[in-house]
Amino acid sequence: MTGYRLIVIGASWGGLHAVGEILAGLPADFEPTVLVVQHRAEDAEDLLAGLLDRRGPLHVREVEDKDALHSECVLVAPAGYHVLVEPDHFALSTEAEVRFSRPSIDVTLESAADALGPAVVGVVLTGANDDGAEGLAAVRRRGGYAIVQNPATAEASTMPAAARGSASVVAELPDIAALLRELA
Amino acid sequence: MTATDHDRELEGLELDLLLEAVYRRYGYDFRGYAQASLRRRLWRRADLEGLRSLSGLQERILHDPGCMERLLADLSINVTAMFRDPGFHRALRSDVLPELRTHPFVRVWVAGCATGEEVVSVAIALREEGMLDRTRIYATDMDADVLARARTGSFALEKVRDYTRNYISAGGTEAFSAYYAVAGERAVFDPELLRPVVFAQHNLATDGSFNEFNVVLCRNVLIYFGRDLQDRVLRLFDESLPRRGVLALGRKETLRGTAIEDRYEPVVEAERIYRRT
Ligand SMILES: C[S@@+](CC[C@H](N)C(=O)[O-])C[C@H]1O[C@@H](n2cnc3c(N)ncnc32)[C@H](O)[C@@H]1O
Repeated sequence: MTGYRLIVIGASWGGLHAVGEILAGLPADFEPTVLVVQHRAEDAEDLLAGLLDRRGPLHVREVEDKDALHSECVLVAPAGYHVLVEPDHFALSTEAEVRFSRPSIDVTLESAADALGPAVVGVVLTGANDDGAEGLAAVRRRGGYAIVQNPATAEASTMPAAARGSASVVAELPDIAALLRELA
Repeated sequence: MTATDHDRELEGLELDLLLEAVYRRYGYDFRGYAQASLRRRLWRRADLEGLRSLSGLQERILHDPGCMERLLADLSINVTAMFRDPGFHRALRSDVLPELRTHPFVRVWVAGCATGEEVVSVAIALREEGMLDRTRIYATDMDADVLARARTGSFALEKVRDYTRNYISAGGTEAFSAYYAVAGERAVFDPELLRPVVFAQHNLATDGSFNEFNVVLCRNVLIYFGRDLQDRVLRLFDESLPRRGVLALGRKETLRGTAIEDRYEPVVEAERIYRRT
């Protein structure tokens, strides 16, 4: 037990597939809470949680305001809301988009680093913008662990390339679930 | 204790003192707000002012009311839209308004109305259900600037295409374009829609109940409050609702786990519409 309490997975373009692959590799009794921050359009009839729910043994649902930090389910940031992390719960916000995104990966990672320090694992996956880079740097500064998908093999390389400087480890997508199992 | 723990503790103290100063000097009470988002926005304001600490921000705010105004604009997040969450507005029409139709007079409170898009949306639904002339809508916000904009009943024209789409999926029965006139970059809505509306400044954190309502809408406001302040505000709504009064929250807000949950039953759970039992 290494004491990680929260794993934040940030993804943008190509994320549905990439996040699904990770969730397929996590066991039903996975201990740390997993929070997925996936960029997407705000007005879409939102199917993301349902789609991810089918990918692995863990149940997947959207975060609600003031949900407890510890969750048996994988949580997904709702379209149109930022998810901020408090010491024992999540809080939602509709403040301005950050880098054109709401939910923003930076917002969640930065507040997670503030609230939980070394108990956070940040994961930055495929995407065509640079959200997540600053947040991952904050996670590292506060002693957390940072996994970045190898930009060379990611579906879109910009986002993992921007975050790479803060990586504790750069990993191939098929290996990330195993890494998380080891950290848990 | 590590250096960062120490910094955190100090920053927590500075933050508490800053909020206390804002409250005692200007009367705005942010002490019960959700911390993470508040800290983020306070730091943003400090950065924009060229200040390096929250105590630096406190000093400026105490001596410079202009800085307080800027901070207030940062803290009152007023993102909104007409027929935001069309499913909610559809449910309001199909599951709440029919019962109210039998009432001789209906009072609605839109708490945290921001720039008024939600108010005009509700007014349109009431008009289409033939109830607007028997309704009074109290639209309140703590922020005088957004209220002034709400009173104009006009919104950016560039948004109207989205709003039209929302209106249709919310179950609107007319041609949306019949409700507004174009004036430059603005869509100016039919003034008749605002006739039954009373706009007023009201702070949920510090002010009390001021009437009894058939429906209270408070959407995407409670998320900015910590749990204790949420409970205080929910008790305020509870005092303002008769039996069978309706309370509607935002799409990701819930009564579950709150001080008043036992007194309410869901009307449409998925849309966070509740009724006092
Ligand atoms: C995100 S907007 C919600 C607008 C609208 N209800 C909606 O859902 O689209 C939040 C509003 O709550 C207001 N607000 C925040 N704290 C408040 C308080 N203590 N009392 C009254 N209004 C408050 C803000 O000024 C802002 O206009």
